[in-house]
Amino acid sequence: DSKFIFNKKGQAEFTGKRYRLGGMVLPTFKEWIEKTFGASLEHKTTSRASLNVNDVPPPIVNEEFLQDLRATKISYSQDAEDRVFRAHGHCLHEIFVLREGMFKRIPDIVVWPVCHEDVVKIVELACKHNLCIIPFGGGTSVSSALECPEEEKRTIVSLDTSQMNRILWIDEKNLTACVEAGIIGQDLEKQLSESGFCTGHEPDSMEFSSLGGWVATRASGMKKNIYGNIEDLVIHIKMVTPRGIVEKNCQVPRMSTGPDIHHFIMGSEGTLGVVTEVTIKIRPLPEYQKYGSVVFPNFERGVACLREVAKQVRRITKLLLWLLLFYCHALKPQVASIFTSFLDGLKKFYITKFKGFDPNILCVATLLFEGDREKVLQHEKQVYDIATKFGGLAAGEDNGQRGYMLTFVIAYLRDLGLDYYVIGESFETSVPWDRVLDLCRNVKERIVRECKEKGVQFAPFSTCRVTQTYDAGACVYFYFAFNYRGISDPIHVYEEIERAAREEILANGGSLSHHHGVGKLRKRWMKESISDVGLGMLRSVKEYVDPNNIFGNKNLL
Amino acid sequence: MVPHSLFVCSQQKELTSKKRDEFEDILEERRLSSDLRYAMKCYTPVIYKGLSPCKPNAIKSVVLQSEQVQYVIKQLAKEMGESPDIIQEEAMEILDEMGHSMQLGTVRFFAFTLSKIFKQLFQRVCVNEEGMQRLQRAIQEHPVVLLPSHRSYVDFLMLSYLLYTYDLALPVIAAGIDFLGMKIVGELLRRAGAFFMRRSFGGNRLYWAVFAEYVKTMLRNGYAPIEFFLEGTRSRTAKTLTPKFGLLSIVMEPFFKREVFDTYLVPISISYERILEESLYAYELLGVPKPKESTSGLLKARRILSDNFGTIHIYVGQPVSLRTLASGRINLCPYNLVPRHLPQKPTEDIQEFVSDVAYKMELLQIENMVLSPWVLVAAVLLQNLPAIDFELLIEKTVWLKGLTQAFGGFIEWPDNLCAKKAVMSGLTLHSNIARLVDGHVVLNDKGIEDGAVGEIVFKRALVILMCSTYRNQLLNVFVRPSLVALALQMTRSFRKEEVYSSFSFLRDIFSDEFIFFPGISLKDFEEGCFLLTKCDAIQTTQQEIYPTDKGSVVVSFLSAMFRSFVEGYQLIFRYLSKETKEAFTEKQFIPGVRSFVFQLLEKGTTQCYEALSSDMQKNALAALVQLGAVKKKKMSNGFSYSVNQEAIHKILDVFDARTPVQKPMAARL
Repeated sequence: DSKFIFNKKGQAEFTGKRYRLGGMVLPTFKEWIEKTFGASLEHKTTSRASLNVNDVPPPIVNEEFLQDLRATKISYSQDAEDRVFRAHGHCLHEIFVLREGMFKRIPDIVVWPVCHEDVVKIVELACKHNLCIIPFGGGTSVSSALECPEEEKRTIVSLDTSQMNRILWIDEKNLTACVEAGIIGQDLEKQLSESGFCTGHEPDSMEFSSLGGWVATRASGMKKNIYGNIEDLVIHIKMVTPRGIVEKNCQVPRMSTGPDIHHFIMGSEGTLGVVTEVTIKIRPLPEYQKYGSVVFPNFERGVACLREVAKQVRRITKLLLWLLLFYCHALKPQVASIFTSFLDGLKKFYITKFKGFDPNILCVATLLFEGDREKVLQHEKQVYDIATKFGGLAAGEDNGQRGYMLTFVIAYLRDLGLDYYVIGESFETSVPWDRVLDLCRNVKERIVRECKEKGVQFAPFSTCRVTQTYDAGACVYFYFAFNYRGISDPIHVYEEIERAAREEILANGGSLSHHHGVGKLRKRWMKESISDVGLGMLRSVKEYVDPNNIFGNKNLL
Repeated sequence: MVPHSLFVCSQQKELTSKKRDEFEDILEERRLSSDLRYAMKCYTPVIYKGLSPCKPNAIKSVVLQSEQVQYVIKQLAKEMGESPDIIQEEAMEILDEMGHSMQLGTVRFFAFTLSKIFKQLFQRVCVNEEGMQRLQRAIQEHPVVLLPSHRSYVDFLMLSYLLYTYDLALPVIAAGIDFLGMKIVGELLRRAGAFFMRRSFGGNRLYWAVFAEYVKTMLRNGYAPIEFFLEGTRSRTAKTLTPKFGLLSIVMEPFFKREVFDTYLVPISISYERILEESLYAYELLGVPKPKESTSGLLKARRILSDNFGTIHIYVGQPVSLRTLASGRINLCPYNLVPRHLPQKPTEDIQEFVSDVAYKMELLQIENMVLSPWVLVAAVLLQNLPAIDFELLIEKTVWLKGLTQAFGGFIEWPDNLCAKKAVMSGLTLHSNIARLVDGHVVLNDKGIEDGAVGEIVFKRALVILMCSTYRNQLLNVFVRPSLVALALQMTRSFRKEEVYSSFSFLRDIFSDEFIFFPGISLKDFEEGCFLLTKCDAIQTTQQEIYPTDKGSVVVSFLSAMFRSFVEGYQLIFRYLSKETKEAFTEKQFIPGVRSFVFQLLEKGTTQCYEALSSDMQKNALAALVQLGAVKKKKMSNGFSYSVNQEAIHKILDVFDARTPVQKPMAARL
């Protein structure tokens, strides 16, 4: 229900109650979007109002399988809308197809197992009837992982894990919880919090994405500096494969029993089986939370500061996040009180005039501290002290919180843009510290150059932020959008530019992906990324576990 | 070979659509207005958009503190058991010796004095203004590397003068350390933006690290355009020297490591109607040692101020984007697996790429090098010694002009200037080389009659070498069709494969003498054939190549043009096959072969004076090393060479057409 709209006064408004921005009016947003993209509210595209059932490819389902399936009492559907809904993730081209056309191939049937045993039965049936299973969790993939291979002739079963969403047990002594893999991130945190716990895993997509999906893609959360990424959080995984069930015999913090089989599962992107149950670490809810933000005169200084913070305050600062300030300003809710706005104005004045900051290249770090009150305050001071050394200026809790919310709502901006001939997307990478600045500059320049060459008439919007810090490097996000009026095949142009940008990333020593995964979108670079032998290793695992390619979504390899 | 396709394609394209810019004389304005005012003008140069301004001394300390240099210092300290401080101090000394300290004051001083000197020496200094405009845009966009041809010391003075005139950022220039031997002048050059590199420092890791980092720091910061000479030194023969790769690979590295988004390489062709150092060069080639750079030497040389050196043409080529050249060609993975500050030996791929780029840049220089009418006169004259009828000379010059243009040569023939006047003005300007006597043009060998035989030979050699300096400017334009013509004569068969084999043989033999893009022998052959066909000199069928009736004039002219090289190389090879029994050094080789040739000249058994040129001798030796006929071994004091007699004899036999070229046939022919 949440989305951006332009209200009758022509001001942007964010609807829905999901976020604290909900119902707020964003007075400067329209101006920003018009200025940045050359977009105009008069030029609006119309998306199709609803799904036309006749466009949907007819399901290929064999009657014998249906009989067997009915006997299991597992609920299923062949309804067109259910099938189309599970035919895609959230890549730009997928959304575009949804708005303007139809996928060539979609699942033939959707099944809703409610427990591990149901999954076992479905996989057995699939093996028996030689079907293709594509597991579906939250549907937030941005790697074309959910797209059905066009040439797949077998019945495609979309295995929707959403009904497997219970917390099976909580072990307070060992601080672990066993959870069914279909649970959505937000529900998991909510339910755990009722017992006073949390996992601390907060990917940007946590309101939609599922535990099983996190495992299958090697997800990363914003609070990983305290709680760790998914590979640090997982204690035990149960996965159903065509060969049978794979799991460990105990729930221990670490074991030395050859290569960790969890690492075959994490990042397997649905090519080996279905993750059904996961035992995950939990932590008591933090006593105290505090947001904060720092403004830097430029991106270079900011990155240098982050690097220093990562060196000195490692595993303490919860989250550091980067945005260009005007972006923040664009989303700043209209303030009710004249007094607050006065203070804000003063601050802005201070920032831009006294310190000689140029607001156009200004850079903001938003912070979130968690833990016991004393520690938080101590770390906060430590971080601000470091920031000062790098020319940073504390910019208040409000800005920090706003930046934090922004992470969640950025995705909605794309939908708004699509209505006004603006297409955009974000992509990420991880990169060693010493290459962060060069990579950011070169990728942005490459994007601008490619846009020009491809005939994009308006200067593209491209910006980047550092979203995660590690000892050895950082995760960098790029946001890139352009106004596509006058271009006949914008998606193709977009994809070519994204491809060029990815090549630039790789040439600059960045990774193929930090946490989005490979899917089908980035497959072509796998060999380059992990070497021939590496690819062979993964292939042989696939061949052993799933010789008949039941899990045939064609991701990764 | 797929990787070459990009290079080759662009070469071919340029061949067909050659459109060049117009020239503008920059001295004209200088003759009309005050030099002082010009030197004191408001100079706000166009600079790189990402420039973070800093002082020359700040660069030095950045370099000294850089991870790259510090790493090497620590390594050396560990290996030699020295304290890092001592090595650091050594590094500082290197930097002080090397670093430039550009100052606007000195630049203005040069702007003033050079205006005076240039106006005295030269009639005109012509520049393609469009090239300057392209350069101006390039400087703002990405770091720029200027790659001028090198024929004279005037080159870099002129280029800086030019950039100052057009309000562009002044370049920092890699200069040889010998300049520092000149009192005052060395320091003046330093303040005008020259930085100094030692002639050889292969073994010195500290020097290499400091030097490389110094250059790269200036490039990365976009501090100033970096200028150096691919040829490494002034070409004494006016023929482009084969490129050196060291500095080029240094300036390319920041792009390979993605420290910059792109780098522009700008080929610049500077040609002189009359080269300031022409007679010095000739003496040097004949083994009379080059005077050491010294201030007093420079002052003595001031008498040349009263002489006239004609026109200079400077053609600033299209900036070439390194990123475009590299796209799809290099795997950058090796650079991603090692921290960027560690010294890293370039992979073979990278080395090959650097070499390809170097050759491409030199070919671009050659393509845009302006040829004056006198160059044509010199070429005709050398084929018609001792004397040629003036009218015939004019006729042949005009004929050669057409041929040169058909081959893509860039002739600047003043508008409406009749052939007679053009030839006459050439003769006037070069009266020290040739003169008109009784309706005949002869070499100016005054005083040759009296004196011993040896002296006569020497004097004659001097004037011929000087004259050939001008003909040489044509050679790289003519080399492909001419080698086809030579191959046709050598083969005595019209079969294409055999002609190609001979062509290929000649191309290998002359690989250090002329500029060939590496590894595209077949393309070069096809280009040569294409040009000959274009001027109706030959006809080709699927299997055969034969000269047309009227084409024999062209074919014999072309082979005569390169005859001195064929004969010269034969003499040098004969020397090696007869006179050398043991290993020898270059220091022994040059005088040895010189006196060998000298004796033959005295006896009159050969007329090939050019074989006395040490340049040709060195090139021939280098080619033999590459062909494996001479083994080169590194010794404590330079290199030692030993001859494989059998291989040399084989090569000589091919030259004498006693045996056909033995070579696997090119399958694709």
